[in-house]
Amino acid sequence: MSAPPVGAVGREHPRLEGRDKVTGTARYAVEYPVDDVTYGWAVPAAATRGRISRIDTAQTLAVPGVLDVLHHGNAPRLAPGVDDTLFLLQEPTVHYRGEFVAVVVAETLEAAREGARLVRIDYDTEAHSTVLSPHHPSLYRPDTVNPGYPTDTAEGDFDAAFAAAEVQLDTTYRTPAYHNNPMEPHATTARWRDGRLLVHDSTQGSTPVQATLAQLFGLPPETVRVIAEHVGGGFGSKGAPKAPVVLAALAARQVDRPVRLALTRQQLFGPIGYRTPTIQRVRLGADADGRIAAVCHDAISQTSKVQEFAEQTAVYTRSMYAGRHRRTTHRLVRLDVPTPFWMRAPGECPGAYALESALDELATACGVDPVELRVRNDATVDPDSGQPFSSRNLVACLREGARRFDWADRDPTPGARRLGRWLIGTGVAGASYPARSRAATATAAAAPDGTFEVRVNATDIGTGARTALWQLAADALAVPADRVAIRVGDSDLPPAPVAGGSMGTASWGWAVIRACEQLRQRLRDTAVPAEGLTVEVSTADEVRAQRPLARYAYGAHFVQVRVDADTGEVRVDRMLGVFAVGRVVNPTTARSQLIGGMTMGLSMALHEEGLLDERYGDWVNHDLATYHISGCADVERIEAYWLPEEDPDLNPARVKGIGEIGIVGSAAAVANAVHHATGVRIRDLPIRLDKLLDRLPAG
Amino acid sequence: MRSGRESGKPADDDRSSRITLTVNGVDHDLTLDNRTTLLDALRERLTLIGSKKGCDHGQCGSCTVRLDGRRVKSCLILAVTLDGRTVVTVEGLAGPADLSPLQAAFVAHDAFQCGYCTPGQLCSARGMLDEVARDWPSAVTEDLTAPVELTDAEVRERMSGNLCRCAAYPHIVAAIRDVAAAR
Repeated sequence: MSAPPVGAVGREHPRLEGRDKVTGTARYAVEYPVDDVTYGWAVPAAATRGRISRIDTAQTLAVPGVLDVLHHGNAPRLAPGVDDTLFLLQEPTVHYRGEFVAVVVAETLEAAREGARLVRIDYDTEAHSTVLSPHHPSLYRPDTVNPGYPTDTAEGDFDAAFAAAEVQLDTTYRTPAYHNNPMEPHATTARWRDGRLLVHDSTQGSTPVQATLAQLFGLPPETVRVIAEHVGGGFGSKGAPKAPVVLAALAARQVDRPVRLALTRQQLFGPIGYRTPTIQRVRLGADADGRIAAVCHDAISQTSKVQEFAEQTAVYTRSMYAGRHRRTTHRLVRLDVPTPFWMRAPGECPGAYALESALDELATACGVDPVELRVRNDATVDPDSGQPFSSRNLVACLREGARRFDWADRDPTPGARRLGRWLIGTGVAGASYPARSRAATATAAAAPDGTFEVRVNATDIGTGARTALWQLAADALAVPADRVAIRVGDSDLPPAPVAGGSMGTASWGWAVIRACEQLRQRLRDTAVPAEGLTVEVSTADEVRAQRPLARYAYGAHFVQVRVDADTGEVRVDRMLGVFAVGRVVNPTTARSQLIGGMTMGLSMALHEEGLLDERYGDWVNHDLATYHISGCADVERIEAYWLPEEDPDLNPARVKGIGEIGIVGSAAAVANAVHHATGVRIRDLPIRLDKLLDRLPAG
Repeated sequence: MRSGRESGKPADDDRSSRITLTVNGVDHDLTLDNRTTLLDALRERLTLIGSKKGCDHGQCGSCTVRLDGRRVKSCLILAVTLDGRTVVTVEGLAGPADLSPLQAAFVAHDAFQCGYCTPGQLCSARGMLDEVARDWPSAVTEDLTAPVELTDAEVRERMSGNLCRCAAYPHIVAAIRDVAAAR
């Protein structure tokens, strides 16, 4: 065990903004007091592919309180080539159903909504294609996959090794479209004053929003200010500037008044991105003891005709387990659909569902315990890059989880445990997620009264970043934390990357620690002058100089399910995750992050499924009554633990990131438990009762 | 509690009505567009932004407030039907000096992350505890006539109208159990 923490880091602490959130005083994007405010309502295209031939706004403009209707014929011009998903209200082209083609601005929400209903749009439509299939004629090989990985990789001779393997597994897994659905819909308040643009935006990073708005509107970046002090979740969907911020800024310029524009829940199911459906073929060749000699993961997903997004689905397989002969490929189908985007652990999440399910199938085929099978296939160096790992504690996570879960007593026979009407089963899966850092800038300021203010444009979307950075700052300054104030969520602060890729605390914390260290150094030689003392540090050079190592967080999921023998209903009795994530800065918020990710994995396994209507190319279940996410009653017993892990080769905060690893592998652990309970292997999520019903063991 | 909803008086323009609404102990004389929901009246007219709009369709629970002591989804109620009624929002939960026990327990248990569903969770929990005190059964209550025992399963069932995408559910349950045990 590591030594007990002596400073703020490592201690449980309630999140700093907790009081504001429970009293309703924390302000989100459309909740700031604004004089003379107006309301924008986005109008989605009712055609799937084609051109707007006519827009009739007469009825809308006749609604009392409606001020204007913006559309491609009259909206302010944007610079092309910045981001094609944001080139809105500029052209009559419709790329997918639901694309925003107009905005109504009115004195009240009611008038704006009524006006939006009355906009009449005629379209010249063309035939569309919206369903992902492995045989689609547009199937192609992208140049890279998100966020810059090689599209395909190969080591050794997979085909020969697979053909020669004692045990061969060749299976295909499918996942549907998933929709991020943060509780706060994407929303923006925008106002122009003296050529300057001020926006409050619901975003995971206001630095990139500032840069993008400046480019789109042809402004110097310093004339654009983007504030995102509190953000009601994002899960990737607010990781880049999205339509509302552009629509609100356009509308505010057009009517020369401030505009609040919030998307409706229904509008969150396409235009702001979603997790692509995937089709994944996994082949494993192993010896009779389950040692993998050959592994191949071929992933197919979809993109749009607006902009390419290539989910890195098979990347997980490149580095997770050993095996000399390996291949991964990614192919895309280009459809008349909204552009897919990040959703919590893009790539790793659906990819781990496939690989960790396949490992369970291999364990069954070899008659090897699935924990032991993973231990046997542990890698000593990164099989993809050949680089050493900065630390790799997958096996320790598996062992600790197995101990806590009493895994040793498990009977591997599927469909063999019954408790009344319930079939009981347990499952395991591994997990990993890259531990990245990006450059950031922070300032640390000392005041003559002995207090400090630390500034960095981090965004706290609910992760606890604000609190963790405050703890890191206090220890780096070596002062009691109550003398330190932390400021985040404003593009006027020193620039920093988005809250994404589980690299927030690593990246922002790096800059915060360096700024605080330098300030502390300066204060060794001098007293704080009357005007205060501020230092600013960019970590660009230091981050770039990181030595090449394979840096990953690891985890192991253990799940017990019960399946109703008569109805096929699946209930999750227990989820237990053990993680190796470097240092945990704040156990309070870290635990919440991990169980949040695990629960989203449960939701993915059992509940979530975007159902596309091919006739319209849109999801029919585009609300929270019909697109099911896990509710309170779905989560019974859930536990997250972490190993003490000291990894000196990460970053000054010594963290690996915890926002995403909880969802990686958790759906596979549920599916593996369902197989253990019933003997039924579901290879297309979600595991609905109708897929189980006629295959359950007779009672 | 009143049995039915009271509609306000039509205002001059026949699109609006005048009502008196008591919110967090303060009487408001309001002329409101007849289409205005209670949620929008609270947020846009009274600037009580604590009540959140998550779906505007009664599906997520973020807008939950207490109306004459009962929890309701404020996005599903037209404000002009509430003349003379009493509303308590999240802004009305804290005492003058400090947080209510539920609010304090939510902070202590980290029963939220992004915080957007939190006002609705708190108002819902407050109403739910009163329902339990009156022995109203839920879908998981075994004996419909016996006093309700507030188990984890009961809390989970009764709080399932309030979605939390950050999935703070186990911490919400723990916070509510703490407060219930102290009652």
